[in-house]
Amino acid sequence: MSALKDAALSWLEERLPLRSAMEFASHKRVPVHRGDVFYYAGGVCMFLFLLQVATGILLLMYYRVGSDASYESVRYISAKVPFGWLMRSVHSWGANLMVLFIFIHMFSVYFMKAFRKPRELTWLTGCGLLGLAMALGFSGYLLPWNELAFFATKVGTDILGQVPLVGHWLLRLVRGGDEVTGATLSRFFGLHVAVLPALTALGIGAHLLLVQVQGMAHEHEARRTMPFFPDFLVRDVALWLLVLNLVGVLAVFFPWEVGRKADALGSAPAGIKPEWYFLAQYQFLKLLPGRVGMVPGELLGIVALNGVGVWWLLTPFWDAAVPERRRDAVVRWAGLGAITLLTVMTVWGHLS
Amino acid sequence: MKRRTFLNLAIVSGLAGTASALLYPVLRYLLPPEEAEAEPETVKAGPEKDFAPGSSKILKFGRKPVIVIRDLAGGFHALSATCTHLDCIVQYRKDRDLVWCACHNGNYDLSGKNVSGPPPRPLDRFEVKLVGSEVTVLRAA
Ligand code: FES
Repeated sequence: MSALKDAALSWLEERLPLRSAMEFASHKRVPVHRGDVFYYAGGVCMFLFLLQVATGILLLMYYRVGSDASYESVRYISAKVPFGWLMRSVHSWGANLMVLFIFIHMFSVYFMKAFRKPRELTWLTGCGLLGLAMALGFSGYLLPWNELAFFATKVGTDILGQVPLVGHWLLRLVRGGDEVTGATLSRFFGLHVAVLPALTALGIGAHLLLVQVQGMAHEHEARRTMPFFPDFLVRDVALWLLVLNLVGVLAVFFPWEVGRKADALGSAPAGIKPEWYFLAQYQFLKLLPGRVGMVPGELLGIVALNGVGVWWLLTPFWDAAVPERRRDAVVRWAGLGAITLLTVMTVWGHLS
Repeated sequence: MKRRTFLNLAIVSGLAGTASALLYPVLRYLLPPEEAEAEPETVKAGPEKDFAPGSSKILKFGRKPVIVIRDLAGGFHALSATCTHLDCIVQYRKDRDLVWCACHNGNYDLSGKNVSGPPPRPLDRFEVKLVGSEVTVLRAA
């Protein structure tokens, strides 16, 4: 048996530099310190993405796209297909947890100041991945073609229409017409199952490559380190299993509802709200009056929200411009401010 | 001009030309053709007896939704049902005898005027006429 294994290995070795890859992996080390639990958050995001790909492919086996087919096929998956409800629920919960873990990962990187030179590009790709995750969430939300999804998409895409000059053009591009219809559904479907996952996979590749090239932040200050392989990886995988269990429990005990079918002539139902990761923006838009002076309130709101986004994206650059001795304090307070604001607005949006 | 500069320029402009020749049709393909809007002058909303005071109905006027309301006093109103804020569909609230948008809590009075919440503009008004006992919605003159 072992002779066979050796033969197979050396056959491979002649074609693939396995040994040097293993040799390389054996040198990779991860710093050990008080905050190192947060090192696992990024891995969890990637695991959840893979879970989304897997359950997404399974859902594709029954899902049909179209304003007269999507809702019916999701109902069918949830009600008739064996374990269909489970696949759908895991996909929905997985999506929510993925966004949650991206936030955890992002804020932990932020507070560890791991975005500083030379890791600006890693931060930027990470922000891009957050954007992609939110776009995946937004496009996937429409696919069951239910009432909530219909209005969420109407509002979300109408915001694009507010952009000066190119707004109308953008709106038609995204909706596939002037209104949210079956054409919008087809576009979102294409984005959700092909374009966005491909971009996300590329983004994750670039992100990991950058992490690999630069090594972990604070690696040299850390007094202790552990080997990445197998020590860190084993912990990674153990946590992934835990997360998988969490998703399973949530999916079983809080299965996702199908809701009522979208109706282009139905009023928006009372109590309608977006997914939690859009609640803060939603609450902010709700607070703005119709007009502020000459400017429509929502235009002002959208400009403000984008401003905050750009400011967050550019963190590594404004951070570098702050005088050295005040830098840590500024970053800390800005971060705490951002978290507080985000939490307050989200909770408020949820309650009101 | 140096030979090298010239060649670089030629290559770059050639590539730019190729790229735009490829991109233009793709972009145009992605933008759906404008549909000629069917613009009816009138739409029937149903017999008068279907509208009890304090009730409403949403119907299609061309491609746009219009809400026909019979208020508590028995008067008829027809307004565009598309919220002027971010495109949700409004509803008639019998309890407050006004038009309400659930998406961000926008309120309009029965003449379509935006009275509170985020909506920036009033709802477009339509005319309502009784033709025999048939409630008919007309484009406002
Ligand atoms: S869409 Fe009607 S209040 Fe915002």
